[in-house]
Amino acid sequence: MNSHDDKGIPHTTPRQSATFSADVNSDIRRAAATGIYDIRGGGAKRKVPSFDDLLFMGASISRYPLEGYREKCDTSVTIGGLHASNPIHLDIPITIAGMSFGALSGPAKEALGRGASMAGTSTTTGDGGMTPEERGHSDKLVYQYLPSRYGMNPDDLRKADAIEIVVGQGAKPGGGGMLLGQKISDRVAGMRNLPKGIDQRSACRHPDWTGPDDLEIKILELREITGWKVPIYVKVAGARPYYDVTLAIKAGADAIVLDGMQGGTAATQDVFIEHVGQPTLAIIRPAVQALQDLGMHRKVQLILSGGIRSGADVAKAMALGADAVAIGTAALIALGDNDPKYEAEYNALGTTSGAYDDWHEGRDPAGITTQDPELMKRFDPIEGGRRLKNYLKVMTLEAQTIARACGKNHLHNLEPEDLVALTMEAAAMAKVPLCGTDWYPGKPGTGY
Amino acid sequence: MQSFDLEAQGLRALNTALHAQSDNTNQTVWEVQNPKGSHAIAVGLDAPIEVNVKGSTGYYCGGMNKQATIHVHGSAGPGTGENMMSGKIIIEGDASQYLGATAHGGLIVVKGNASSRCGISMKGVNIVVQGSIGHMSAFMGQSGNLVVCGDAGDALGDSCYEARFFVRGSVKSLGADCEKKEMRPEHIEFLKDIIAESGVDAKPEEFTRYGSARTLYNFDVDNAGAY
Repeated sequence: MNSHDDKGIPHTTPRQSATFSADVNSDIRRAAATGIYDIRGGGAKRKVPSFDDLLFMGASISRYPLEGYREKCDTSVTIGGLHASNPIHLDIPITIAGMSFGALSGPAKEALGRGASMAGTSTTTGDGGMTPEERGHSDKLVYQYLPSRYGMNPDDLRKADAIEIVVGQGAKPGGGGMLLGQKISDRVAGMRNLPKGIDQRSACRHPDWTGPDDLEIKILELREITGWKVPIYVKVAGARPYYDVTLAIKAGADAIVLDGMQGGTAATQDVFIEHVGQPTLAIIRPAVQALQDLGMHRKVQLILSGGIRSGADVAKAMALGADAVAIGTAALIALGDNDPKYEAEYNALGTTSGAYDDWHEGRDPAGITTQDPELMKRFDPIEGGRRLKNYLKVMTLEAQTIARACGKNHLHNLEPEDLVALTMEAAAMAKVPLCGTDWYPGKPGTGY
Repeated sequence: MQSFDLEAQGLRALNTALHAQSDNTNQTVWEVQNPKGSHAIAVGLDAPIEVNVKGSTGYYCGGMNKQATIHVHGSAGPGTGENMMSGKIIIEGDASQYLGATAHGGLIVVKGNASSRCGISMKGVNIVVQGSIGHMSAFMGQSGNLVVCGDAGDALGDSCYEARFFVRGSVKSLGADCEKKEMRPEHIEFLKDIIAESGVDAKPEEFTRYGSARTLYNFDVDNAGAY
């Protein structure tokens, strides 16, 4: 391009719009071409305030540390002791979040069970019921009770180590699931009582209860069916955490699973994932406040999920008051999802490793989010289980490293006073001081 | 016959006693007195026993039932027979909303009327109502049969899959993707059998069949207005 026009006037530098950026324009062109909104898997990809904006202060003179590898730092947690005669005892406070057979292949579900069991933690079913390979390979299996009730039956319910009533999911608070026809194989269709190959919508509300008073009766029914043996969790999205957690506790939940907007889904509208819900960092303090106001903190356990990736995230969640965390997307990456070794195949699908999120199309090169028998063969559930176990162990060691540096002999002894925030936003959300100050926005008594 | 006073002995004791019954139990007939609208009566049963509830029940009576016959001698609250797998529930009075929600199998008979969302997300159960049913019945119904001897309210069978609906009276309105279908001989045969089994008063020839038009099975933007 010439630097001047034919009259000798200089061209200005072409300026791209911040509002109409390249990716926004590509969304508009895609919508115009198809007439259908974009559906994808995963959680929010936008940058939001997160645990990365928090730091631990560690120990010095005012606090003394514990010796790494020598002094004990406990990681165990018991979930559901309030009403259940058989609460769940976990060696580590990192659980595997609910992901459906249907969204994931049978071998991928088996690998999650193998890895979790070797690491001493639980795994969770999903919207599609309980498969024998999952039950068989999971020492502790949480059975999700979802609005769709696909695959729900009393025999499997009685095989569960805990029941998780799913009200919402961080990726889509107020939304149901979606499994497109490509993934409705004979087996998936059979488990869901649906014709093969149709688009399957999971309901967004439970069919036989609405509101907290009904939920209390629903919990009673599930306890009566299972003889008051197993814990009943209630999973809510990060919508209005103070009120939702308060109502779940009053309805009689043994544990609350709270899922922020970075938490993944198998498939829903991109607009839903990116624009509905709150970041994980923003929802934990109101939830803990609700537990404390009702005198239920540490009695009703809080399991936090949505973008948990490392032992540092685990330690920060615990310090802010969670009893445990759950991982979904991170577990899939540990199994081999989005591995750069399949880069050429991701390119052929119009994407790149790390960005692949069309899980609903069932063409996953890594053979995890698919029901295609040929693609599934690429995934070895034994090796996948080993990789997940390794990853869970590393996260646990990392969290212990931080806890010992803060002088704590149990991860649960981490506290907000161990933390500072790097940004004003994170300080306000986590209610911990901005680095180098003794202040956070909204701190009582500071006037602003 | 085993007699159980729910008011005196409590819900936990009732369900524990009923859960203790096996396939070859000799205690095949039970009577529950003083139900007084209690919730979760006779839930999660799995034995070929008969439970006669002498009064009205609250939420979820007979929830997730397998094999058992539960006879409510009164009216039944919301979610009665939810997710039932097999067996039978008979309600002498009226049934509240969400009757037989997501139920996979067995038979539910209502001698009175059923409220809204009767058979919501039904997955194989057969439901027979002597009277009328409320709005949004069989919403997202997947399979099974809903037989109504009276009238149906608004939006019958909205977004249904392969469930079938037989209505003797009027239908106030059909839901999205639900349409009137022809009655073929196999439908008359089916009705003949289920009317006999249910003991309701109707003739197969008097019914009209409704079911999915199957136009919403795979998403098409040109159908977006239907949602």
